[in-house]
Amino acid sequence: MNNLEFTILVGLGALTAGFLGSLTGLGGGVVLVPFLTLVFKVDIRYAVGASLVSVIATSSGAAAAYLREGFSNIRIGMFLEIATTLGALFGAFLAAIVSTKAIGVVFGVVLLYSGFLSSRTPSDSADNRPPDPLATRLGMNGAYPSLTGLKNYNVHRVPAGFSLMFGAGALSGLLGIGSGAVKVLAMDHAMGIPFKVSTTTSNFMIGVTAAASAGVYLSRGYVDPGLSMPVMLGVLAGSLIGARVLGRTKTKLLRWLFAAVIVALGAEMIYGAFTGKV
Amino acid sequence: MLKRSDWTDQNVEVIIANLLRAGVMVSASIVLAGGILFLARHGFSHASYRVFRGEPTDLREFTGIARAALNLHGPGIIQLGLLFLIATPVARVAFAAFAFAVERDWLYVGISVFVLIVLLYSLLGSAI
Repeated sequence: MNNLEFTILVGLGALTAGFLGSLTGLGGGVVLVPFLTLVFKVDIRYAVGASLVSVIATSSGAAAAYLREGFSNIRIGMFLEIATTLGALFGAFLAAIVSTKAIGVVFGVVLLYSGFLSSRTPSDSADNRPPDPLATRLGMNGAYPSLTGLKNYNVHRVPAGFSLMFGAGALSGLLGIGSGAVKVLAMDHAMGIPFKVSTTTSNFMIGVTAAASAGVYLSRGYVDPGLSMPVMLGVLAGSLIGARVLGRTKTKLLRWLFAAVIVALGAEMIYGAFTGKV
Repeated sequence: MLKRSDWTDQNVEVIIANLLRAGVMVSASIVLAGGILFLARHGFSHASYRVFRGEPTDLREFTGIARAALNLHGPGIIQLGLLFLIATPVARVAFAAFAFAVERDWLYVGISVFVLIVLLYSLLGSAI
């Protein structure tokens, strides 16, 4: 295959991944690395580098759309970014010492888990338990627009959420994904932050987290221009188109289908790692 | 010029979001330009990413990337665009630190500056 054919095929694949990722809210990054390694036989380190870069592009490109809704909480985001950026540095250092086979297995497990998570419906757990005193000191409690006007929420279990965020950052740095699923899990489940606030704040954090490991990847020579160009441009275009179409389509079936693809890729990734294909 | 009372969290976030969007669009344009140049010169060469070799040093660090881009070297221009892209979230955190300072929220100025240091370490610490 020559560079032109490679660019066109990878670009189209990345476009589809970005489109489905933004339409289903599952993110396109998670299917990119398995797509590149399994279909195009790209070395997993190059694939992770290219994916990280595209994750930054989608997160930053979608920020304006998310913000218009007025749900995200900049204080929660900034505080938790301490954990995700440190985690991302740790993940990037891990990526240099563990084998590509181990990365493949971890990736497969994360895919299976994300597929499982996306099959559940989000619980809107806005409750009125008293906040974590630490959350109050950090000024994290906030309000978000709902049908009945502004609704207040309290933030709970800050240390638990903070530790989970370190894990989310490490996965992001190791696998080149946004790990939005883990971030939402930390905020929604552990900290009791309303689902809408969690997802929009998570989108904001994803770019900063990915930037923390992307710098390390670039200086280590894992970011290849010929590969990153179609991946980044494709995912970005796909996610922008997806954001336009969103709201006009029934996404429930699509979400199921995409979750099924993610699970299948996860199984293939683990199988590939053990048979030496990854 | 914005008054201090305009610096609410909500307004700051809208400014940040537009900043991010502009950054992404600029970097995507640079990457696209570099990509066209790269394909025009090397479009019919064999593409292989199966074996990991790592990028040459002039596509890893600032000075090398800048030199390659100035020479209108396609891959160098793509790397320059990607470097710009990685810098947008960093600019976002720097701007948030500034906005918290205007709000006189020193705790969050500290938190933002810490995140900024981690990001700069990642970007510069290993690259210079």
